[in-house]
Amino acid sequence: MPTLKTTFAGIECLNPFWLASAPPTNCGEQIMRAFDAGWGGAVWKTIGEPITNVSSRYSSINWQGQRMMGLNNIELISDRPIETNLREIAEVKRRYPKHVVIASLMVESKRETWHKMVQRAEDAGADGLELNFGCPHGMSERGMGSAVGQVPEYCEQITGWVKEVAKTPVIVKLTPNISDIRLPARAAKRAGADALSAINTINSITGIDLDTLEPRPNVDGKSSHGGYCGPAVKPIALNMVQQVNSDYTDGTPLPMSGIGGVGTWQDAAEFILLGAGTVQVCTAAMHYGYRIVEDIGDGLLAWMCKKGYETLDDFRGLSLPNVREWKNLNLNFRVVAEIHADKCIGCQLCYTACWDGAHQCIHLDRASGGMEAKVAGTDPRYMHHEQNPHGMPTPAMVFAESVKKITTTPIPKLDGASALGVTPLERIPRVDVDECVGCNLCSLVCPVPECITMERVENGLPFQSWEERVAAGVAKEAALAGNPNL
Amino acid sequence: MSETASFFEKAPGDTEVAARFADLHPAFEKTAAVTEANRCLYCFDAPCMGACPTHIDVPKFIKKIASGNLEGSARTILEANILGASCSRACPVEVLCEGSCVMHGYNKQPIQIGRLQRFAMDALHASGAPLPFAPGKDAGKKVALIGGGPASLACAAELRRRGVRAVIFDARPLPGGLNTYGIAEYKLPLKESLREIDMLAQLGVEFVFETMVDAKRLKEIEREYDAVFLGMGLGAIHKLGIAGEELDGVTNALDFIAGYKSGAIKGAPERVAVVGAGNTAIDAAIAAVRLGASEVTMVYRRGPEQMSAFGFEYEHAKQEGVRFLWHTPAERAFELGCGLVILAIGQATHTEFLSDGEVKLEHGRVVIDRATGQTTNSKYFAGGDCTNGGREVVDAVADGKRAGIGIAAWLGVDDANA
Repeated sequence: MPTLKTTFAGIECLNPFWLASAPPTNCGEQIMRAFDAGWGGAVWKTIGEPITNVSSRYSSINWQGQRMMGLNNIELISDRPIETNLREIAEVKRRYPKHVVIASLMVESKRETWHKMVQRAEDAGADGLELNFGCPHGMSERGMGSAVGQVPEYCEQITGWVKEVAKTPVIVKLTPNISDIRLPARAAKRAGADALSAINTINSITGIDLDTLEPRPNVDGKSSHGGYCGPAVKPIALNMVQQVNSDYTDGTPLPMSGIGGVGTWQDAAEFILLGAGTVQVCTAAMHYGYRIVEDIGDGLLAWMCKKGYETLDDFRGLSLPNVREWKNLNLNFRVVAEIHADKCIGCQLCYTACWDGAHQCIHLDRASGGMEAKVAGTDPRYMHHEQNPHGMPTPAMVFAESVKKITTTPIPKLDGASALGVTPLERIPRVDVDECVGCNLCSLVCPVPECITMERVENGLPFQSWEERVAAGVAKEAALAGNPNL
Repeated sequence: MSETASFFEKAPGDTEVAARFADLHPAFEKTAAVTEANRCLYCFDAPCMGACPTHIDVPKFIKKIASGNLEGSARTILEANILGASCSRACPVEVLCEGSCVMHGYNKQPIQIGRLQRFAMDALHASGAPLPFAPGKDAGKKVALIGGGPASLACAAELRRRGVRAVIFDARPLPGGLNTYGIAEYKLPLKESLREIDMLAQLGVEFVFETMVDAKRLKEIEREYDAVFLGMGLGAIHKLGIAGEELDGVTNALDFIAGYKSGAIKGAPERVAVVGAGNTAIDAAIAAVRLGASEVTMVYRRGPEQMSAFGFEYEHAKQEGVRFLWHTPAERAFELGCGLVILAIGQATHTEFLSDGEVKLEHGRVVIDRATGQTTNSKYFAGGDCTNGGREVVDAVADGKRAGIGIAAWLGVDDANA
């Protein structure tokens, strides 16, 4: 039986699932309930000089009936007195000694202030410290949060101050609101940080009320940019985590606590495959409560069993070598789409997507015998900009023909019963495999699992990357010959 | 001669009877409609649109429900089908749009297109807004439409949008034909049909009621008008030609349905027999149950395989407790001790007034060019049941729409007002 137990920057963890510093970790009572539900650790809602919050504070993006695909907040750090938070940390650690409590800290950028805050948090019993250099709203206007994280020198300086006194591991939480997240990551490392966590929330305006023209969340008719999180930000977070974890500029990367849109075991597995040691969760817990951790653990263990992994270390970072710079990808690898007619339901979303959003190589000619029709030329689209270069009906032409048809309500006795769920041949699109560039779009829009698959075309060509091609001088020739596909 | 006051407000009916005919498919609540709309895959050249005789762009109107653009949704429906509200309730969607939904191929429930269409149309009606079309500039032409059912109404709407006067002649005191008087109340209440026709009256469609057009009147009309549209539907229900059918306690399905819908019939006797097994027969049988009959028997001379009713109608009748006597001669209906025998063995054609050879008939049906509705007499156009022998409301609307466009083109009037 595999185990979820792990060690992160020297901290023993029952499991890698931590609640991120946010409303779910506002107080000791909450965190103890979270531990009861199965969370392995919690990063305390950022402790600092108490602030005053606004009302309201959150807004979200719903998508096609699903709530909170993305969540935005303009809440600041803890509004509770420092001593209250510290007293509760001590109580939680006394009652849950095996669970991880990380104190998230943010104070004004003064050496003595940071020294004092670090000592108080460690005296309370925190297992580690997370320096909040990422909060993108409010605090940044006061020279804290992302105002620190966005300037590598500040990041390095404050991390250095903390390391002067810290006895527990120091985790630096990075902001994504920066053009290259590796720069503050390197700065933190130079200053002696023990680990990193990423990402904090992303600057965002979630929307405007179209009746009042006021943005959300509404504070007396006004709003302010907030921090975006939830499922919508996971791809951005994965990319940034990968960037930092693949950066060997200053030696081996630091341990990473991955944050951003984690809500399922698959999400957790992906962050770990890109090198994360633990994952932090906020939005999913805010949406559904602490109970979600059960399936994150259960599902991850089941997957580990299936894959034969005993510990998280068995698969940590295994996908990192598979992320490369574009110039190192194999230009000679080719796939084409295959539509499995037996699964096709005839929605023709692949057809309209390919025509309007891709390369016009899916056609509706199975029934009309167009499969035998030869398509002239190799790829004239880019050079000639002719309308409809294939001589195939455009979507507009297909539609116009359809509405001309005269149809009547079938009377069973006279017209026979139509077979439900049988897709007529003329509605099953065909891929012109000579023209298909293998972009994946059709397989992405197809609503039926496994109906459109991308099949490898064996062309006998060896691996060749763009970098190699440039080195060999081929690209220049190709450009001169005017053939972008060479 | 033309009446323009609200037909809806003049709707006859009995509230107690109406209460027994609650919606078979209830209206969608708003969040449920949006959730259902979001299930729609937004197929390209959607099969549901192809299956609809009026080719309503179904994914388009559904996505507008999802986006909250309800006015646009209703307009999308009405552009294709001016009786979109009636059709949303009366259509046998199981064999039309919903029957062709690609979800069937995916082991999933089809999108509830009919209920979504009703949702969009109800929203338009609730807003109090008129039809989103204006009459065209007066083209100086006028067309007479014989019969006030769905075919004529759809034809008239197309004519009005092109500035052609449209005058509907109807034998009854209220417009709509079978749409008003002939559809089971739990599908389409009489007043809902009239509400929709009120909107056509606002578009300038004119009505002449309680006028039975005979051969003589037709000749006058032909002289007075620039074109004639034949939308009179079918005639009376066939007689059995057996002893007893002229007695009291014997009626036909159309009179029975029109009677309870308009409030003239308020109940049914203990035992009722219905002769026939078509959709109208089933409507009558279920109505008898709802009106208080405790034993309703359908008598059909052949078996369930031959009945012309849709499968889902048959299932509905069984759920309502209707009994079926298969392979049973009609005479048997009179031996069951029923207080009421309802004949529903199909309608005769109603083309006697065309006896002068105005237009070519086949088996009593008016022969038309399907694309334009034009008959063999260029001044005469036709559509609906009198041309197809009796199909659905939506088929009549599709015919009327094509004929309206066809007539306008023949009169040299082309552009429709948005």
